[in-house]
Order: sequence, then structure tokens, then C-alpha cells
Amino acid sequence: MKRQQILYLWLAEGALDTATIGWAFFDGATGAGPALPSSEPPYPTGVAALEDGWFMQQSPSPYVLHPGAEHGTSYLPNEFVFERTVEI
Amino acid sequence: MPAEDHRLTTREMAQFVVNGYLRFDGLVPKSINERVLEELETIHAAKMRQAIESVGMDASGFPEPPPGAVRHPESLTPLSECYPPPSVVGEMLRLPQVQGVIESLVGTDPRFDHDFVHYIPAEHPRGQHLHVDAVIDNRHPSFDIQLFYYPTEVAPGAGGTRFVPGTHLRHTRAEGVARYQHLLGEQQYSGSAGTVLICHQALWHAGQPNPSSQDRWMYKIRLNPQVPQVRLWNLEDFDTMHNDARDHTFAHMRKDSVAQILRTMLPWQQGHEVRYEQMERARLWRYLSGDEHFDVDFYHTRIEGRTRANAENAR
Repeated sequence: MKRQQILYLWLAEGALDTATIGWAFFDGATGAGPALPSSEPPYPTGVAALEDGWFMQQSPSPYVLHPGAEHGTSYLPNEFVFERTVEI
Repeated sequence: MPAEDHRLTTREMAQFVVNGYLRFDGLVPKSINERVLEELETIHAAKMRQAIESVGMDASGFPEPPPGAVRHPESLTPLSECYPPPSVVGEMLRLPQVQGVIESLVGTDPRFDHDFVHYIPAEHPRGQHLHVDAVIDNRHPSFDIQLFYYPTEVAPGAGGTRFVPGTHLRHTRAEGVARYQHLLGEQQYSGSAGTVLICHQALWHAGQPNPSSQDRWMYKIRLNPQVPQVRLWNLEDFDTMHNDARDHTFAHMRKDSVAQILRTMLPWQQGHEVRYEQMERARLWRYLSGDEHFDVDFYHTRIEGRTRANAENAR
């Protein structure tokens, strides 16, 4: 039976080889598949996640800058989404 | 620590601008911490009863307060009229060291917005997602404060409030930050009885499960300023610390200024992101200090200078 694991990494900048600053993990295998590395963060960069077998599903689009709001801050901008399919 | 008159110092105010909170360990004395729990139980029961009844469910597990019991205030009540004697919560709120911190941030006699007693029984398994209280605010730099009071010790690992320093200036919807399970630099509160956190209302935070064998209590109150929040703290160190716009990391940089504190790069602010954080901090310090020309590393100043030059040339 195949199940999906999803990993979100928020990186310092828009490139996959920049540092991880945040992460979230959702496990469709409910613990029956491999876990994340116990280090914090689990991967130091997005590239490190690729090297461990994760497939990138989404990378962030460049910022849309609205006149007058160029400098405002809101949600973390550099959100990368990864998937790993596991057999259970 | 706050100044002798219990108001905050300029340095502490700058640290609040950076981190979105200030922490005072053991600020409330043991004599209050030991007596306040009975009153918090009454307030908790009244609030829970109201919340459960409002959705048409059975609230009989939360008894009506006995006659003469403490009653939580109505919104818009001046703080000085909240929890009159002999209330122990009121005694805590009227402590000079608590008043001094409140006055520094939101002025004398702010309005009561609401309060809540967060009671997490021992071995409670559920926690909250990261969130911002209430709804998204407008872009004006004024702010409410939320005072978090921990009357009992919270041991490390016992599930104290999780929060992410420095997130208060990001313009996000209340539940929109639930997606962030972990951020570098996040903290999970632990500390001695009587500790108080004073938080900007937009700081990202979340209640956590309680894996310990001890019940956990936290009292939270939100206060709205009734005056501009300009230079309300102890200003003895203001002139020496407040810098002008020439304090610029790529030109001449002071090491003892407000700007130097506002340059703090928190762990989740790596890369260029910290520059936009500095701009937001500078906006807030302009408001707090009343100095519309204040800046950190020239980001506002160069843009405003070009705009002004072009406006003058257009006349």
C-alpha cells in the first residue's frame, strides 16, 4: 500500500540551497514509514532534502510587489513543498 | 530590569520592538501567587460556562460563581476599575512593578479588552496551532499588549506557551500561520512562579499539550491604549541611546544605539529578510519615539530623500 508524506520547508531565500528556517511534516503513513531526521531543522537546506529522497512538488513564485506595499512583511515567502511516497 | 520607578528603560523598549515581548521572571511575589489560584478557578468556570452556553451545550460542569465571588470586568472598563479589592487578580495588576511595565507600553489606565484563564490539566494531550489572537490589524504601528501571568512554576518540557520571538510585525491573518509547525528560534515557556510575559498583540503563539503531572495555569489580559504610545517609558537613557538616521551599518555605525538593538537578526530571519524586519522595527520606533526621521541603516531615509528631492524639483 502506498502512502504520501509531505514536508514543507521554509528557506531563508528563494533558492533551494539556502538555509532552512522553518518546517512542517505531515505523514500519510501514520508512522509506518521513515521518520524525519531528528536534527533541528531536519534538513539544513532544500537540496539536502532532495538528497535524502524527497521530490519537490512546489517552489515559491517570485514576489508580487504592489505599489506602496513593497516593504511590508507577512507570511514567510520561501515555501517549498516536498513529497515522498512510502510503501507500508 | 525596569528603571527604579518601575517603568521600562529605552533599551528594554527597543528589545520589545525587536522581540515582540519582554519577560520578567518572578515579578509577582509568592504571597499573591499562592492566593490567586482560587480566584482564577472562579473566573475560568464563569468564562467556560458562558462559552459553552453560547453554543447551546450543557455547562453544568462549570458551576455558577458563589455570591460575592470575583466577577471579570466588562470590555472598555478602565484598568484602574478592574478587579477592585479584595480581588487577588487586581492586587497583581496593581503591583507597582506591573503597572510600570503596562504604563510604559500603553499608558496610564488603558482599557480592559478581555481576559482569559488558560487552565491545562495534567497530561492534557492537545495543543493549539501557532496563531495570532483576534483578527489581522491595520498598518498603523500602535498596538495592544497582552500580559501573560504564570502563578505556578512551569517546568521545562511541561508544555508552556510556545511563541516565536520577532513575529509580531508580520502582517498575517490570525490562523494563517498555523502552517508553521516549527521555526528556528521558537521558544516554549518555562519558568518560576510569578513570571510575567508582556507581549505585542500580534506575536505568534500557541498553547501546548501538558505532558507533566502538574496542572498548568496562566492568566492572560489584553489592554488597549487610550493615548498615543509616544515616549511613555523612563527616558533617562533616551538621549544617549536614540540615534539619528546617520547610524548606518555600511557607513558609520554606533554600537550603543537603539539602531544597534534593532539590527538583531533572529534565527528565522536569515538572508535579506532581516532588512525588511529592520524597516518595520524602524517604523514602530518612529511612532514610539515621536521621531519621524529615525532610521536603521538608511532604508527609509534614502527612499524618502529621493521622493522629497523630486517633489521640490517639481515645484
